[in-house]
Amino acid sequence: MIKSAYRLIYPLAGFLLIVIVWEGYVDFAHVSKIVLPSPMDILRASWQRSDLLLRETLPTALESLYGFALAVIIGIPLAVCVANSRMLNLTFYPILIATQSVPKVAVAPIILVWFGLGMQSKLAIAFLVAFFPIVVDTATGLRATPPGLMELAQSLRASRWQTFWKVQFPAALPFIFSGAKVAVTLAVIGAVIGEFVGSTNGLGNLLLSANAQLDGPLAWAALVWLSVLGIVLFLGVIAAERLLMPWAGAGHH
Amino acid sequence: MQQMNEPAERRPLDAAPAFGHFKDVRQEFQVPTRANFVAIENISFDLKAGSLVSLLGPSGCGKTTFLKIVGGLLRASSGVVQINGRDVDQPHPDFGMAFQQPNLMPWRTVLKNVLFPMELRNDTGARVTRRAWDLLKLVGLEGFESHYPAQLSGGMQQRVALCRALVHEPKLLLMDEPFGALDELTRMEMQDLLLNIRARTSATIMFVTHSIAEAIYLSDIVVVFSKRPAIIADYISVPLPYPRTAEIRYSAEFTELEYRAGRALGITR
Repeated sequence: MIKSAYRLIYPLAGFLLIVIVWEGYVDFAHVSKIVLPSPMDILRASWQRSDLLLRETLPTALESLYGFALAVIIGIPLAVCVANSRMLNLTFYPILIATQSVPKVAVAPIILVWFGLGMQSKLAIAFLVAFFPIVVDTATGLRATPPGLMELAQSLRASRWQTFWKVQFPAALPFIFSGAKVAVTLAVIGAVIGEFVGSTNGLGNLLLSANAQLDGPLAWAALVWLSVLGIVLFLGVIAAERLLMPWAGAGHH
Repeated sequence: MQQMNEPAERRPLDAAPAFGHFKDVRQEFQVPTRANFVAIENISFDLKAGSLVSLLGPSGCGKTTFLKIVGGLLRASSGVVQINGRDVDQPHPDFGMAFQQPNLMPWRTVLKNVLFPMELRNDTGARVTRRAWDLLKLVGLEGFESHYPAQLSGGMQQRVALCRALVHEPKLLLMDEPFGALDELTRMEMQDLLLNIRARTSATIMFVTHSIAEAIYLSDIVVVFSKRPAIIADYISVPLPYPRTAEIRYSAEFTELEYRAGRALGITR
């Protein structure tokens, strides 16, 4: 158990060290709060304005979550098609790669024109950025089924359907989850990009307006809350992984 | 499967009817830009019902290829491959296979791995589950039913794979170097376990190995394959009585058989 204690103590110590150096620098060098608020300022703002921050977190959280969910719902079936059909693979994979190279920030204004200032436009951008890792990792996973398991299925005369559901798909789950972990953090970034380009609420919007009002502590507090949101969503995916892949935690001899 | 506590005795083989028939089996593979290479050639022998036959040969000689042909995973380029009087052209529900790797599904528990073949047939009733439990008990894995494969050692995983190969009560059990990846002690343990299981089923077993001692210790018949292109270098009837015990490995008869197999493989002259 000593090992797991170290795993907690070391990162905490590292974090504390940075916070202390930061606090010391800001206090002794008399840095303006507008330029760089101290950790205590940020903490105070996070606490005192928590009603406002919570209110603005909700839309951002929903945009990220819905965009991510949509990416999963559309991305996984698409990956299944691409992985199982050479024709579909040849037809769509290059297009998929090509669209991925388009910077999403550049597309954001266009999407805003299509979907307006409401939630739909943020959801669409979050979806766009989360979509790619899910499709690519799922397709990779579906093709990486251990040959031994495929041979076993063949020797037992499993149907194509059985082979897919009982062998290929569960074998791809670790890949799907590693894609989902990347995707969920990207979805938050996507939502914030959308809010930056045009919105009436959300943490991204709050950050911009706090910045414009030279309210450094609030802008930084929004940043902290955004990070927390990203971490919570990431932990959510890990919880889902634990739930759906209970064997992954099983120890080795 | 017969009763567990019945003594493990050898059935008379000489009177057994032919179960498998192989005649001039030949397999060549196409290699781009080079001449086709012949993996096996002129493989002809009969398989008696209930016998345990080892295919012994150097690594890469084509014995696995032949096993796959018998199992219906591969179609021979030419020749006759019959099991139970029928040409084999695809895997048969009465076949069971065990591979060099356990090939367990990490997401299934031990019991669910064993039940996998039955699940594919939508037959996982109480009777079948009971049989899976009995098999696991037989191989000494009682109490591990709900473990995941990652929690088991290599030898234990191979035992699970053996149970899986037996759960649908196959008439023909095909084993492709199933103990090849195990350490020597575990390997000898598994050999005794296989003989024990064998005495309780009526299955005919075809066992691929490159270990001379393993082939002789286990088998009624050892079919020695030559280097590629593999032909049958020798066909050795092993007259040693069952049940076989560790002492038999050190008998003069055993050594003589080892010498003969070694000569067929070109190791001794």
